[in-house]
Amino acid sequence: MFKHPTIAEHLEASGVSRRSFIQLCSMLMATAPMGLALTKNKSVFEITAAIGKTKRPSVIWLHFQDCTGCTETLLRTSAPDVAHLILDVISLDYHETLMAASGAQAEAALKSAVAENEGKFVLVVEGAIPMKDEGVYMELAGKPALQVLREVAAKSAAVIAIGSCASWGGVPSADPNPTGAVGVDSIITGKPIINLPGCPPNPYNLLGVVLEYVTMGKVPALDELGRPKFAYERVIHENCPRRAHFDAGRFAAVFGDDGHRKGWCLYKLGCKGPITHAACSTQSFNEVPNCWPIGIGAPCMGCTEKGVIWRMSTFETVPIHLATPPDTYPPIYSSIGGATVGAAALVGAVAGALGGVTWVHSQRFASSQEIGVERLEADRRNEENLSAAEKDLEKGFDKKED
Amino acid sequence: MAITRRELITNIAKAGVPAAVAMTVSTETLQAENLPVPNAPVGLMYDASLCIGCKACEVACNEANNTPPDTRGDGLHQSAADLNDLTRNIIKLYKSDDGSVTSFVKRQCMQCFDPACAAGCPFQALHKDHETGVVLWDGDKCIGCRYCTITCPYSVPRFQWKGFDPVVTKCELCSHRLAKGLKPGCSSVCPTGAVIFGSREMLLLEAKRRIKKNPGRYYQDRVYGETDNGGTQALYLSRVAFADLGLPELGPESVPARTLRWQKRIYQYFALPALLYVGLVQVIRKNLKGHEQEAHERAEETGLRAQL
Repeated sequence: MFKHPTIAEHLEASGVSRRSFIQLCSMLMATAPMGLALTKNKSVFEITAAIGKTKRPSVIWLHFQDCTGCTETLLRTSAPDVAHLILDVISLDYHETLMAASGAQAEAALKSAVAENEGKFVLVVEGAIPMKDEGVYMELAGKPALQVLREVAAKSAAVIAIGSCASWGGVPSADPNPTGAVGVDSIITGKPIINLPGCPPNPYNLLGVVLEYVTMGKVPALDELGRPKFAYERVIHENCPRRAHFDAGRFAAVFGDDGHRKGWCLYKLGCKGPITHAACSTQSFNEVPNCWPIGIGAPCMGCTEKGVIWRMSTFETVPIHLATPPDTYPPIYSSIGGATVGAAALVGAVAGALGGVTWVHSQRFASSQEIGVERLEADRRNEENLSAAEKDLEKGFDKKED
Repeated sequence: MAITRRELITNIAKAGVPAAVAMTVSTETLQAENLPVPNAPVGLMYDASLCIGCKACEVACNEANNTPPDTRGDGLHQSAADLNDLTRNIIKLYKSDDGSVTSFVKRQCMQCFDPACAAGCPFQALHKDHETGVVLWDGDKCIGCRYCTITCPYSVPRFQWKGFDPVVTKCELCSHRLAKGLKPGCSSVCPTGAVIFGSREMLLLEAKRRIKKNPGRYYQDRVYGETDNGGTQALYLSRVAFADLGLPELGPESVPARTLRWQKRIYQYFALPALLYVGLVQVIRKNLKGHEQEAHERAEETGLRAQL
């Protein structure tokens, strides 16, 4: 039986220098500033020693509905030494893209890798799993992908879903989702599942999770979506190198305009940074500074968020959840309030109505007064006439009497 | 010419008016009511010369008071133009006309010893805490008259103009945090110590220490709020004139005390109201006489009983 060497032993045998191993460990520290238990309050040498003493973790990597982009991100490190290091630190016992075997040989390799490390290996899943019509849309060695995943995952110690497809379905699950693609955590229960969404995710996130698991014996702290907090706790916006432009209100309005050339904020071009939890802004891809969408002038797509990529329009702007003050200041005295056109119109209408009603009533009142005066006058005239008539009558009587 | 009894009384009354006015106005300044002094007044001391305008206090204030950021300006930033229903604390910028002198200023409730808002409040919804001296707002007593927003010489209390159950918003010195032994939100995050929290006594000592240590650094070598407006629990130090920072020179007498002084003169010995009453009675009697005469004439003329 093959004896597992420790990481340090293996590196020494492979001719990897201690210097580059320390470099890798310091990279791990730098990329996990938000609390990887492995790197907390420790010097890089302590971490190097701790990792070096650990047995190389056995990793089995399964591909489902994917583009192999996540594998590529692991391999396409700028310095070949780093990819080599990652592959030396972990013992990648089965990986369809990287192995030479095919056909029956490959099937046998999977079987033996699972059997050898049963209950101890870390299963990395890349790609979504089709569920519709009993998973007929993808088969491996004559078995539906669904069945392969269930069989292998049952014997693993922990499952890492690498990439957005394995985490929650990703591209294959975009509407109308003809294959019924879902992520690992919709199928597997009873095993620790760590989601590393991203299209692709940074390979250091994988390395951090695997090393944390084998050295500390536990899964790093996860958020409510199963993403490790050390890499996914903060939104890109918080540490964005273009943040100062956002605060100053300097936005690129269209692609290629003056602001875009000057490297201003991409928010108005549809950048999803304010709602996307990922460490991209602090953790460059391929160890090349600024090698990520926002760094090259393309708005963030929100690839780590289930509700954003392939669910929102690329150029749609997103709400700012935690608005912060701009770098402008209000003056000492500012005018308070102001009237809108609608409010002014309403006040005018009410005032006009009141004025009109008052005028109409005053007219009516005046005419009623006039009527009253006229009536009074008429009464007086009647009375006069009456009294005159009476007098005449009296006179008549008088004459008669005379 | 013989003087009738009526004329005599009228003349005496006329002579009495200036006498009464002279009597009331010449009285010594009335003492303001003996206000209860808080047992252990606490406050904030803001040194404008140390402020870097980072606005961490604005964010911390909203977090501490569980208030959403005011993004009504541009929809993107917490960019309130002034204190408002979502802003208890704000950093403003003073710039002289030629732009050569600038200063930040943090505005929040001054926690006056004699708060004009509380004096203006008809139901004591705004009241001073006996222990800490913090001016608190009690929503159960508030009737929404908004007198407080008008009476405050610093324009601090702000009314929520929209909403079914509006509130009056003002800094209450994070009293809920003080109760837990925490500092107010703003002072707990200030990176330069421009705003510090403590007992008013200690803050005043610290302010005077800074003035003594840096003679000529501060405007008039004076602490705003030591005596201004009857003394406030929020104290200010500044390089530029306080009036430029929106802190009016109100003198040592508090706004409510000044109002009360005049109010008391008007009602002193009840002289002016009594005179006013006499005058009104005269006017009414005169008018009534005219009306009676007219009614009588009308009745005679028309033969109908006239109604007043």
